Amino acid sequence: MFADALLVAAKDLRIEWRSRVTASQVVPFAFLVLVLFGFALDANRPVLDAATGGLFWIAVLFVAIVAVQRSTAIETTDGARRALLLAGVEPAAVFLGKTAAVALQLLVVEAVMVGGIVVLYDASIESIGLLAATCVVATVGIAAAGTLLGALVAGVRARETVLPILLLPVLAPVLIGATRAFDDALGTVAVDGWAWLGLLAGFGAINIVLGALAYGVLLEET
Amino acid sequence: MSIVRLRAAVALIGRFPALAGVDLDVDGGEVVLVQGPNGAGKSTLLRLCAGLLRLESGEGEILGHDLATDRPLIRRSVGLLGHDTALYDDLTVRENLDFWARASRVDVAGVGAAMDRLGVPSRLHDVGVGLLSAGQRRRVALAAVVVRRPQLWLLDEPHAGLDPSGRDLVDRLVVDAAAAGATVLLSSHEVGRTLELATRRVTVAGGTITGDVSDVR
Repeated sequence: MFADALLVAAKDLRIEWRSRVTASQVVPFAFLVLVLFGFALDANRPVLDAATGGLFWIAVLFVAIVAVQRSTAIETTDGARRALLLAGVEPAAVFLGKTAAVALQLLVVEAVMVGGIVVLYDASIESIGLLAATCVVATVGIAAAGTLLGALVAGVRARETVLPILLLPVLAPVLIGATRAFDDALGTVAVDGWAWLGLLAGFGAINIVLGALAYGVLLEET
Repeated sequence: MSIVRLRAAVALIGRFPALAGVDLDVDGGEVVLVQGPNGAGKSTLLRLCAGLLRLESGEGEILGHDLATDRPLIRRSVGLLGHDTALYDDLTVRENLDFWARASRVDVAGVGAAMDRLGVPSRLHDVGVGLLSAGQRRRVALAAVVVRRPQLWLLDEPHAGLDPSGRDLVDRLVVDAAAAGATVLLSSHEVGRTLELATRRVTVAGGTITGDVSDVR
């Protein structure tokens, strides 16, 4: 199963590399969101400092919607989803592969965005380990939930608008947990960030298990 | 051996019964032309035989596997060319075929031969599929079926979008597949052409089989 997951992930990443969507559209979009948040709050510097973690993760959620829509479209545009079933690839492997590919893309974007908050918001990083761990653990959860819901809405006519409506509420725990952990990592609020990381890990684990179990049903035609 | 055996098979598209009680037996080595007007249920019949659709009621066996319980096994054993080509625009022709060969657990070494067989020129092997014409895409999609070496070929309007040489290639593929012992179900509106290939003609209308003629050659 893991060989198939690797095959699917490599294929998705190669498609992204060729299309340059992440580099030419998603990264500038993320940067633009950070700049606009900065414009909106720069007049009130203490508020911007306190809100940096939250703004970062709201921007990540916007980016995640774009990345998941793109990942879903890869399989739905020309019937590849059906061909994956015919090939006999285990649905759990498809889910894991697509989740891994989305997560890797998001991590690249987040690396650029961390640079963005340091430069634009003048944020100082007090715990690089906590910051990196938060990015990895939260991103796995976001990618897993997004891939699962992307498959759920794949057959829906207005899936571009339905996906954010479904995905954003589901990702609310990630927004809360990752923001708190970032507050600790950036030293803006005195909280135990590592404890919030536990919540993120639980969220990620639940979504990976749920996705691996449910993805097959979502791939099937009615 | 019966390769396809359907009894009172009902399949739904959404809530609509696209197949409303189909009885069909197809033996090994047969080439069956599935005919009928648009919306008759031809594509649905092929998708049901591919194990992509759930059998809503009735019974069915494909290649000896139960349609109700063994659909994953059926899918791995058939080759379906549908209306979609299932190709990724941002991958090259070779990368697409390599991916589908690996995903289907068949030897990647067969990809080159399949491209040659479908007349995909070597200058296109490393070209992105998104740059190909509709006819060229169709040839690559057929090559993906060839690579799988299926026991049951399900070809939904395989001549559509192809130039005369491409249509001849499809005909040769069907003849060769049957000669090698495979079974072929194909739907086509090119009746004259496909009647020369077919050993049998099945007519579908309103989701049921309305005609079944053997020895049509």
